Amino acid sequence: LSRGELTESDWEEIEETLLLADVGVGPTTELMDKLRTETKVLGTTDPEHVRDVLRRELLQLVDPTMDRELHLEPVVGDDGEPHPVTMLVVGVNGTGKTTTVGKLARVLVAEGHDVVLGAADTFRAAAADQLSTWGSRVGVPVVRSDREGADPAAVAFDAVKEGRRTGADVVLVDTAGRLQNKAGLMDELGKIKRVMAREAPVREVLLVLDATTGQNGMRQAQVFAEAVDVTGIVLTKLDGTAKGGIVVAVQRELGVPVKFVGLGEGPDDLAPFVAEEFVDALLS
Amino acid sequence: MFANLSDRLTASFKQLRGKGRLSEADIDATVAEIRRALLDADVALPVVRTFAANVRERAKSAEVSQALRPAQQVIKIVNAELVEILGGEARDLRFAKHPPTVIMLAGLQGAGKTTLAAKLGRWLREQGHTPLLVASDLQRPNAVTQLQVVGEQAGVPVWAPEPGNGVGDPVAVARSGVQHARDKQYSVVIVDTAGRLGVDAEMMQQAADIRDATSPDEILFVLDAMIGQDAVTTANAFAEGVGFTGVVLTKLDGDARGGAALSVRGVTGKPVMFASTGEKLTDFERFHADRMASRILDM
Ligand SMILES: Nc1nc2c(ncn2[C@@H]2O[C@H](COP(=O)(O)OP(=O)(O)OP(=O)(O)O)[C@@H](O)[C@H]2O)c(=O)[nH]1
Ligand SMILES: Nc1nc2c(ncn2[C@@H]2O[C@H](COP(=O)(O)OP(=O)(O)OP(=O)(O)O)[C@@H](O)[C@H]2O)c(=O)[nH]1
Ligand SMILES: [K+]
Ligand SMILES: [Mg+2]
Ligand SMILES: [Mg+2]
Repeated sequence: LSRGELTESDWEEIEETLLLADVGVGPTTELMDKLRTETKVLGTTDPEHVRDVLRRELLQLVDPTMDRELHLEPVVGDDGEPHPVTMLVVGVNGTGKTTTVGKLARVLVAEGHDVVLGAADTFRAAAADQLSTWGSRVGVPVVRSDREGADPAAVAFDAVKEGRRTGADVVLVDTAGRLQNKAGLMDELGKIKRVMAREAPVREVLLVLDATTGQNGMRQAQVFAEAVDVTGIVLTKLDGTAKGGIVVAVQRELGVPVKFVGLGEGPDDLAPFVAEEFVDALLS
Repeated sequence: MFANLSDRLTASFKQLRGKGRLSEADIDATVAEIRRALLDADVALPVVRTFAANVRERAKSAEVSQALRPAQQVIKIVNAELVEILGGEARDLRFAKHPPTVIMLAGLQGAGKTTLAAKLGRWLREQGHTPLLVASDLQRPNAVTQLQVVGEQAGVPVWAPEPGNGVGDPVAVARSGVQHARDKQYSVVIVDTAGRLGVDAEMMQQAADIRDATSPDEILFVLDAMIGQDAVTTANAFAEGVGFTGVVLTKLDGDARGGAALSVRGVTGKPVMFASTGEKLTDFERFHADRMASRILDM
């Protein structure tokens, strides 16, 4: 932004920043309206100041006060026995689910947890091999089927059971990518969750969204939330040029927080989501 | 809420009936609706801007103001312009005069390259070609295994001299793959490469090195139809970093509107050649500009 009075093209530039970050027309228009009103009230025309106001508004929308912790408190089942905390990782094809499971296992192991992975993607070519490679990379066991096309719910169940048997405290289950408009595959996901819950309640359902995703991200979030009650979002591939602005609307509409961001393909490239950092990157 | 652009425009033209001429305000409203529809469909902002300006120009013309149903007329114009941009000089794969023809795949992580390698291999095999898949993604865990599995499903042999998972030189594999194809008289070589970001200079250089080692007849940029505004930045980065001759749009079996097709075509001028429409190897077809236009407009 240039110094001095705000011209119409300054306003356009601000709007452009938001649209180019995939914030979407709806939220962008709302933010712009708010910004115009507020700057009028404040009587400011200083571009620097306007930018501060925008940052504040956007930050409020992204909401730094949301609870973004994983819920890892130990659970005791009806039988008085401790249960592992179980998590399910879901999302459309190729967003980074398997990689996220690997990275998350690394974080949990570093925090002293005993982790078991479940390879419930029995569909994608070599998906279980990929997860097994991650398992050995980060030093955790992987429960998988030796058969391609095995029932994913059965594998997920076995993983939770194995977690209980070995006294693990976290079981992370990877699932096959599926597009949200495929009802059959979404039903399958619901079944995976229900069958896992017979062994231990599913504590976290993490939806993996790719930061390059545009407006379809909202639809993804809505349908996955309906099917399996998403508890957190992982925003991957933020190491690229995409800003991931669609999560602004997703968080607001579903009330589900982004908990982690993916920043690369390596085992240490997962970080907690920090609202301030996200907003600054979005506006930069 | 109106279901689609057609409904929205029709509504915004309601008051107009019998007036005969579109006022400046009518035109503004129309252009705003179209702009919004395109942005909702993830068409890139610079492309939307040019497009909206063109529509504004044409909406002022007699063909619209004198039309019986101006809303329908505007949609017709928008649709026609979309088809033209999307479909300009559609063409077939270019085959080498002296086989093997080399097709290199490139794109962001998870776009659908490895799956496409097998789809393309199968499709070419059915047309009487003898393709060979080359496993030059030695980075992503078990990318080589994945290519071997889908190659087997496609009934297409796979050149995989290195295990991957960080072991081996992808440029050397690509080079030896083409040599192997020449020796064994395969007619087409399809080189699968690792996913990479536009901003990753080192990986982009690797792609350029694979290109230089294999002199591809086609470099296909594989793009996920769900991509948003980043499509332009990324397409430009690949165009500059490795250069591509055509685009393949993947995951079109989803419900994303796929405005990226228009963005990439509009910004790079390269044709969208194929559509990937599912996880099965048969879910693959030529790209249809007219279907894509209706999809972007949600009609
Ligand atoms: N640059 C970058 N690449 C990532 C990130 N997360 C995952 N990837 C890459 O994205 C690609 C897809 O990742 P996967 O973990 O296989 O994705 P997935 O969701 O399990 O894919 P499907 O199981 O096929 O649906 C791989 O090449 C990963 O290395 C990230 O945060 N940044
Ligand atoms: N629904 C659907 N899924 C697809 C399509 N094409 C690929 N996929 C899926 O998308 C995911 C990623 O596909 P890959 O072929 O592994 O993508 P890639 O570009 O090779 O990924 P990297 O090598 O990790 O960069 C897999 O789950 C595929 O099954 C498609 O057209 N439709
Ligand atoms: K980024
Ligand atoms: Mg996976
Ligand atoms: Mg691949």
